[in-house]
Order: sequence, then C-alpha cells, then structure tokens
Amino acid sequence: MAEFVSENLRRNFGDAIERVSDDRGDLTVWVTRSRVHDLLAHCKRDPELDFCFCMDVTAVDYLSLGGVPRFAVVYHLYSLKTGKRVRVKAGVPEDDPVVDTAVDVWRSTDWFEREVYDMFGIRFEGHPNMKRILCHRDFQGHPLRKDYPADLRWKLLRPDDLLDEISGEEMQRIRSRVSHPISE
Amino acid sequence: MVFKDAALTPEEMPKTTPVPEPHGRMPTGVSWEPLEAGSADPFGPRRMHVERHLVDDEGLQTDPLAEDLMVINIGPSHPAMHGTFRLKCWLDGETIVKAIPEIGYLHRCFEKMSELHPWQEVFPYTDRLNYMSPFLNNVGYAMAVEKLLGIEVPRRAQRIRVILGELSRVMDHFVCVGTNLVDLGALTNFWYLFRGREEIYSLLEHVSGARMMVAYGRIGGLMRDVHAGFEDEVRALLKSLPRYIDDVDKLITNNRIFIDRARGVHPISAADAIDWGWTGPCLRAAGVPYDVRKAHPYYEYDQFDWQIPIGTAGDVYDRYLVRMEEMRQSLSIVEQAIGDLPDGPVNVDDWTISPPPKDQVYNTIEGMVAHFKLTFEGVQVPAGEVYSYTEGGNGELGFYLVSEGGGHPYRIHCRAPCFAIYQNIGPSLEGCMLSDIVAIVGSLNVIAGELDR
Repeated sequence: MAEFVSENLRRNFGDAIERVSDDRGDLTVWVTRSRVHDLLAHCKRDPELDFCFCMDVTAVDYLSLGGVPRFAVVYHLYSLKTGKRVRVKAGVPEDDPVVDTAVDVWRSTDWFEREVYDMFGIRFEGHPNMKRILCHRDFQGHPLRKDYPADLRWKLLRPDDLLDEISGEEMQRIRSRVSHPISE
Repeated sequence: MVFKDAALTPEEMPKTTPVPEPHGRMPTGVSWEPLEAGSADPFGPRRMHVERHLVDDEGLQTDPLAEDLMVINIGPSHPAMHGTFRLKCWLDGETIVKAIPEIGYLHRCFEKMSELHPWQEVFPYTDRLNYMSPFLNNVGYAMAVEKLLGIEVPRRAQRIRVILGELSRVMDHFVCVGTNLVDLGALTNFWYLFRGREEIYSLLEHVSGARMMVAYGRIGGLMRDVHAGFEDEVRALLKSLPRYIDDVDKLITNNRIFIDRARGVHPISAADAIDWGWTGPCLRAAGVPYDVRKAHPYYEYDQFDWQIPIGTAGDVYDRYLVRMEEMRQSLSIVEQAIGDLPDGPVNVDDWTISPPPKDQVYNTIEGMVAHFKLTFEGVQVPAGEVYSYTEGGNGELGFYLVSEGGGHPYRIHCRAPCFAIYQNIGPSLEGCMLSDIVAIVGSLNVIAGELDR
C-alpha cells in the first residue's frame, strides 16, 4: 500500500536506512542518526512523497528493554496529497544525545523538539531556542527517562522572566522601531 | 525510588540522570538573593535584582526593561486566557512588538503516569486532556489500544461512540465560541450556548454517571450500554440544540461590532498553517479541507452524509464561521446515527479485554477469575507500536503507543492538537493590538489540559 514510500527512501538513502517495517498498517523507517535531517527534508521536498505535515515528534527510552542505542526519536509525517503516513525513527545513544533539528524543514517541530529535550534530554542541534518547555527552568533531570523516579517532587518557585528567549540584537531591533520614545 | 513529600535537598536530587548545562542566555545584570538573610534553602523565596541601564561591550543598552517599551504579562491566571498559560508581551503603545508564550503550568505528567498504570486505567487521565470534550479523548485512546490489539469493537459501540463523540464536539465548539464571544463583550451568547452544553452534560450524566469527566470509553467497547431512554433524549437534544446555534448565528454572524473585532484579525495562510502543524477547525478556516473523519474514515463516518466547512482567510471570523457550521454538521451526523442504532453488545466478547458481566463475576468461577486477572494484571496487549489518530475537538488527536507486551504501556505519547496550534502564537502576535489577544487566543481554542498534558 505504501510501498512507494519505502522504495523511494531506499532508492535515495540506501545504506542510511537501517530497517523498514510495516506493522498494523504503520510504515516505520529506521534511519541513521547522521542522515535523519536529510531524510526528513527529502520527505517534505520530494514531489512523489510530499509529506507536508510533520504531525508529531517524540522519543522513546528503551532502557528497560535493553535497547542499544538507548533512545529513539520518532517523527510522524503525513502527506495531504497521497494520504500516506510514515514514522521515521532514529536511534540516539545515551552518551551523545544530539540530533539535528528539523525546524528548518517544518516549523511545527519547534515545540515538539523542545518537549523531547525537556522530557528525554535529547538535544536538537541548530534549534533556535533549545529550552525546557513543560517543566520549570530549574528542574533537573528528564522525567520521561525510565530511570527517573515517578514520585519525585520538586518545589521550584523562581519565576521565569523569559529574557533568555530574546536576544540583545532582537531587542535592539524592536526598540529601534518604537514610534514614541519617551526618553532620549 | 524516593518517597518524600517535602522539598529536596541538593543531596537528594536524582543522580541517575546527568544534570543539564544551563541553556539559553541568562540576562545580564539580574541576580537573586534569598528573601531571608542567611537562608540555606536553595528553593526558598527570592528577591530579584535587575541592574538598570546596562551597557554591553558594544555600548548598546541591553536592559529590556528600559523605559520605552511596556512589558505586560497576560496570565498565567487571567480570566481571558482560558487556562493557565502565560504570554509576556512587549508593547509599543497598544501594538505588540514581541510576545513570548510560556506554557507548562498545567503539566500533570500524563505520559509518565500512564506508564505506571495498566492499559485500562489510563481513561480517566485522557478525560483531562481536552476537558471540553472528554469523550473524544476516550475514543482516541481506546482506538489506539484496539489498533494495537487488532480488534474491532461491536457496531453498536461504534455508533454510540459516534453519537456521543459528535455531541462532545458540539460541546467543545459551544465553549469555544461562547467564551470567545464573552471575551469580546457579547455575554448573551455565552448563556445561550452554555445552556445547550448543560443539556448535553445531562445526557452524558445519564449515560456515564459523570457530567464532565465521563471516562465512558473502554478498551473493546464502552463502560456499559446506554440507558433505556437514550434515543429519546438524543432526539430531544437534536430538537433543542439547533435553536441555540441559530440564536447565536442571528446575533453575531452579521454583527458589525463582532465583524470589526474578528475579520482580518490574525489571518494565516494555508501553507503556513500546514507548516506549523495546525489541524482541526483552525486549519480548515485557512482553507485546507483536512478532517480525519473524511480523510481516514473510522466508525463508518464515510457512510454519513456530511460536509467539511472551510474558510478562506484563516482569521478569527473564519474560525467562528467554521465552528458554527461544524456544529450543524455534527448534529446532522448524530441524527443519521441515532436513526440507525443497531442492537447488540457494546463490548467485545473476550474476557481478557472486556470484563465479564457482573452476574458471571459473582456466580461463576470463570467469570471471577477473568475479572480478577483483568483487574490485577491489566489487558494483555501484544508488543508493538502504533500511531492512531482521530478528529478531536481541536484537530488531529494522535496517540503513539509502545507496548513491550503485557498489562502496562511502555510509552504513551499524546499528540495534542493545541500544542501545534499554539506554538506560533509568539511570532504571529507581533503587530497585533493588545486587545486582539483575547479574541485570538479564544478563537484558537487552546485548552491548557491538552497543551500541557
């Protein structure tokens, strides 16, 4: 049914495709971590595939299952044109939890990648604002890792002034446009 | 495992995970000191010091709190924000020049908690995702587990899921439109629509015992069959609900004040909406006819006669129009579904998935054992992973499940439609007026329970 997707990806990425499975109607493509950005960009820009939506980015910690590498980042793509979906997975080792960001391909991955960083500690290289999103800024550890105790409580009171999300240059740009400066 | 209620001391902090390095840029000139001198509590109350008029290496002022831009925090607790999230806005006069959202105030660890429970005990948590239409979340989660199990629920259960799901969608849109209008000063519509919502609540209460958090879905069917007068009550609703929609339609759709506040406000193009991952009524208002119920029909949605309303500009006004029409389409689906409600069981005939009937549990050893095993060991789900998607109140509600085989989920991830919709609020608010924020956030129908999970 969705063979043309896996064939297209095999044709273009060859050895970088580690595994392809079609389970319960879900096509899953495992790709080498170093090529995941290329593959995602290809999925969006190839006219045959045309995966215009990146519906979801998440991760799985395979620690309890003894997975090597420990983590996997998971992308769910959807094409309006063909109505097909594909799940792209890439293994991420524990000692170097870094993946290239896909924000330049789909802007929808922005917060999803921040959530993965927050929950799993997998950093996305090149993301413009790699910061925690759901947990408090002073939170330590990554709660969805399997070795994080579920009943650990934190008392974090410090408010976030969000100033780390705005650069000095951007503030200068905004302020230079102010229509009615009060003081000079 | 650490069992502790009070604050952690630094020695008690988890050692198993590496401590991340500080991320982002710390603002210069900001320092913190304990409010009580000499306090050793590292998490005690603090006082912030901001040095004014800082100058960086190039001689530029870097203190954003300098005099010319006004900074306004909207939320996290603000009546017009419909939940607990915060927007920090820098204003030039009344125009927003920069807005940064902060979310996570309602983060309840849905995904972590789900890993600790058997598959069937996740339902009450799913109720609390999009709490404006809890039953749709039940259906979304149940469908995902059923896909993993490879089972199909009986036709009667499918029909009841459709009927209650569409009524939940109407309820969701009632709240969205009603609160959006009340934020703009149109209080009467809020009362009209909430009266209809209360009537749907009464039906849900008769069906499930709870008005809001129904937890009526089950793996392999429903909690129980509907009561005897269900069909009459649904037909009575089908008579009464259109009146509320028509009343609001007549009051608002051609209302000069509303049009001035809504038309052309916060427009988004179809390409941008897709790029940002928008789904649901907000995407359809931008002119993209993507609805999971049409694109990937489940529960015989393709056999009903209904249409997808779409907008053109993707602005607040189009979102309102799309939601109004969707309510009518949903009621039409309910009318067709209730006219053909089949008899039969509402649960699959498999005691390892659905609990046996109560008389079997109390009077036979087989029923007793099956009930015991189901309660203590959970529904046994084979190993594998699925991504299942349904049309929730706000768009594509996806559940990504990983099973290692057994009674507990290994990983549950909820793809919340709000999360994708709300993430462009910062960039897209730039250039808008301060007073438009309530109209915009209301029209996006951001539900904090779903956003923060």
